[in-house]
This record gives sequence, structure tokens and C-alpha cells, in this order.
Amino acid sequence: MKNTALSETHSALGAKMVPFAGYNMPVQYEGVNVEHETVRNAVGVFDVSHMGEFLIEGEHALELIQKVTSNDASKLIIGKAQYSCLPNDDGGIVDDLIVYRVKEDTYLLVVNAINIEKDWNWIQSKNDVGATMRDLSEDYSLLAIQGPKAIEAMQSLTSEDLSAIKFYNFVVGDFAGIEHVIISATGYTGSGGFEIYCKNTEVKQIWDKVLEAGADYGIKPIGLAARDTLRLEMGYCLYGNDIDDTTSPIEAGLGWITKFTKDFTNSEALKAEKERGPERKLIAFELDERGIPRHGYDIVDGNGNKIGVVTSGTMSPSLGKGIGLGYVPPVFADVNSKINIQIRKNAIPATVVKLPFYKG
Amino acid sequence: MNIPSELKYTKDHEWVKIDGDVATIGITDFAQSELGDIVYVEVETLDETLEADEVFGTVEAVKTVSDLFLPLSGEIIEFNEGLEDEPEVVNSDPYNAGWMIKVKCSDLSQIDGLLSAEEYKSLIGA
Repeated sequence: MKNTALSETHSALGAKMVPFAGYNMPVQYEGVNVEHETVRNAVGVFDVSHMGEFLIEGEHALELIQKVTSNDASKLIIGKAQYSCLPNDDGGIVDDLIVYRVKEDTYLLVVNAINIEKDWNWIQSKNDVGATMRDLSEDYSLLAIQGPKAIEAMQSLTSEDLSAIKFYNFVVGDFAGIEHVIISATGYTGSGGFEIYCKNTEVKQIWDKVLEAGADYGIKPIGLAARDTLRLEMGYCLYGNDIDDTTSPIEAGLGWITKFTKDFTNSEALKAEKERGPERKLIAFELDERGIPRHGYDIVDGNGNKIGVVTSGTMSPSLGKGIGLGYVPPVFADVNSKINIQIRKNAIPATVVKLPFYKG
Repeated sequence: MNIPSELKYTKDHEWVKIDGDVATIGITDFAQSELGDIVYVEVETLDETLEADEVFGTVEAVKTVSDLFLPLSGEIIEFNEGLEDEPEVVNSDPYNAGWMIKVKCSDLSQIDGLLSAEEYKSLIGA
């Protein structure tokens, strides 16, 4: 079990620690509902240092990235980031990730902790163009500072104008007394804010100053449990639940990051799938009655026949009802379609809805 | 960790309060803190007669679902309907407002098999 540079800090704050993707991580501090509300209404800070970071450098860096990712990285100017995925050769997804253009020929790829080794090996196997790859995962930390008050609460920590950093843009600047950190207007909550990339040796100072600067704004440390309810209320995919080696980006509703303006791994097959339409689609649904959908529950039609499976589900803290994502054939995928979720002995009626669940 | 001395306990982290042949049942302070924020208590066995150790319901926290096991054989005669609107009282007041069901016991000798507060305390290492 690996620790982040802050594992002891979390324990000292009273966090409940759990193993997650090989790391000892805080699942909650005070309670998932209060942490969720803190991010929706004020500001919270997450240690997500388990995430992996790769640097791709050299004159062939872009060429490699274009080959392995589905989004069009040639659109990235320095200071911009994009959400993307790594398609495999069989129609599925190796991982989803964020690609940052840091310098002219330097890109940062941020990947899921659970997939660090798999992604590294995969990208390396496609690197016949001579790009330089470096795995920074063990040396770098990542804090997410999220919520509507994040800008105001954190402005005193930096000479950069935080309000000027647009969504999916970033600056390399000073933060909490540390130089050259990446301040990125990204996140996994739908409530705005930043992600801060820094060295492991710097993260404790930043964490402490973030909590200090945020105190007047009601900042709290937030665990992985609330990270999951927050992302699910937005309908953001979680690798291992909603997308995996067997789900295609087209099925998963990730057509918007699958750009056929270039060739990439399996692009011809994915293009054909897009043209003929996928056999199943990832849908978002709300339960019409009490109950909580969970990962792995069956989705059934009005006659009780299985038509699909729930990939993520929870009781939405913001909506106060059961919400979830799951795959069904396209005939059941239109908004307002009626489906049922098999919860133990009962088929609970549910309605297909448009994302996000939480509209702010 | 609050473990009232006048109650009986099970290894499944339920508490039992005996009053004549009626047992009131809920989950312990330890159980609620392990589960985290409780968002749903489902009991569909009201008016049914079940054997000890059968599942009488489920408790759902944000991240987990747990079965609830009947500590004593008998008929489920009452469900705490207050939990339908406020399941969170299981977190805030597990031994009083957070009670879950009342059972009319069919075999009072089973009470001897329950744990005392001291025994439960050592079970959870409190």
C-alpha cells in the first residue's frame, strides 16, 4: 500500500482511510453529505495525489499523443488542457485522461491511479516515433480545490489572477509560497475551482496554507466518497465503472472527445461505429420512487427482462433521490424513456434524463 | 463509542432492547459510524414471521448497502416510519430515535445467546 505525501495529515484530521487503487486514501473526514454540500456551496480541498502524471517531450511528442489519444491535441496551445481518452485496439478504452500542453514540445498527461502501469506500457508500446517519456507519478502531488468560493478564497495565495484562468486553461505560477506550480482550472465536481500540481516535498505547505486561506470561507478537506457523489451528479465517467477496456467512447457518450480529424488507435473502427450507431448507450437516469441504484444492478424493461446494467449509482445529496448511469440498447436511451432498476426483489421505475443531474 | 450497558448486542452490530416478549432492534453506534451517512432504511418484512439470522431489511449508506439480520425469531410488528423521511437519525441517535423494528419474540431463550455490552465492547475492540 502506497501513501501520498499527506496520508499522515489526513489521519491526524480524523479521516477514515481506505485502500484505493493501491493508495491509502481518505474516503471521508466529517461525513460524505456535509463534504458534498461544502463543495457545492463553498469550497473544499481534496488530496488526489494518487493520480498519475506522465511527461511526453521532444519534437515527436505531439505525434505520439495524437496516435494514442482520441481528442485532437493539435488544437492545444500552451496553457490549455483537454479531456481525452486512450482507445485500445478492440473498441474499448485503456483510460481517460487530461492532456496539458506545458511548453512547445512538452505535454503532461494526467491518468487514473489504477491505470498508471497499464497506461505507461500502452503508450510506450505505441512510441515508435521517438518521443521522450517520463513517469512523474511518484514525485508529484495533486490537490483539487473545488467550489464556488475557490477563486475568492485562494486569491491571496498567488500573484496570478485566478479569475482570469478560463475553464480547462492553466498557468505555471506561484502558489502558497511555492514557485512553478501548475494552477489548472479543471476538476471533477462541476462546482468550479482549481487543481494544483506540485512536488511531493511542497504539498504539505500548500495544503496547510490552502486550509488557512480558506478558513474564512468554510473550507473543509473532502474525501473520495464525496468526490464520487459530486462527479456522478455531473455525469462524469469514472474509469472502472462507466468506462473500461470493453466500453467504446462512442457508447459512453464520449464522441465529443473522439475526433476523426486525425488517425489514432482504432479510429477507423470507432468511426464506423459512430456512423452506424452504437449497440448500447450510456444513459443517465433518476429513480421515480425511493431506492438507490448501485454499480452492477440490472436494468430491466416493463416485463422484467434485463436490458442493461447500472455502472454507477448513488443517492444524490443535492437532489435527494437515487441517480445513476448505465448501458442500455439505443431504443431505451432517449430522454424521458421509462426503464426499471432491479433493486433486490423490486423493479423500481426510473426515467432517462439529460445530464447533468445537478444543474447548479 | 457509545455502548449502553442496559442493551443486548449481536456480532452483526445490532442492539436489542427487551421489554416483555417484544424486542426493539436497531444498529449500534459503531455500525453507524462505520457505514457513514445513512440515506435509506428499507424494511419490507413488516408483519412477517422470520427466524433468527434471516435478513429483515437493508440499510444503505451513501457508499454501501448492508443487510440487517434479525437477532431473535418472531413477528416483525412495527417499523420505525420516522426513518422513511429521516434515515439520518440512525447516525445521530442510533439507540433512541434511530430504532428500526419491533419484534414479537417466539423464543425468549434466544436472548441468552445475545452479547452483553461488555462482550460487544471487546468484540469491536472499543
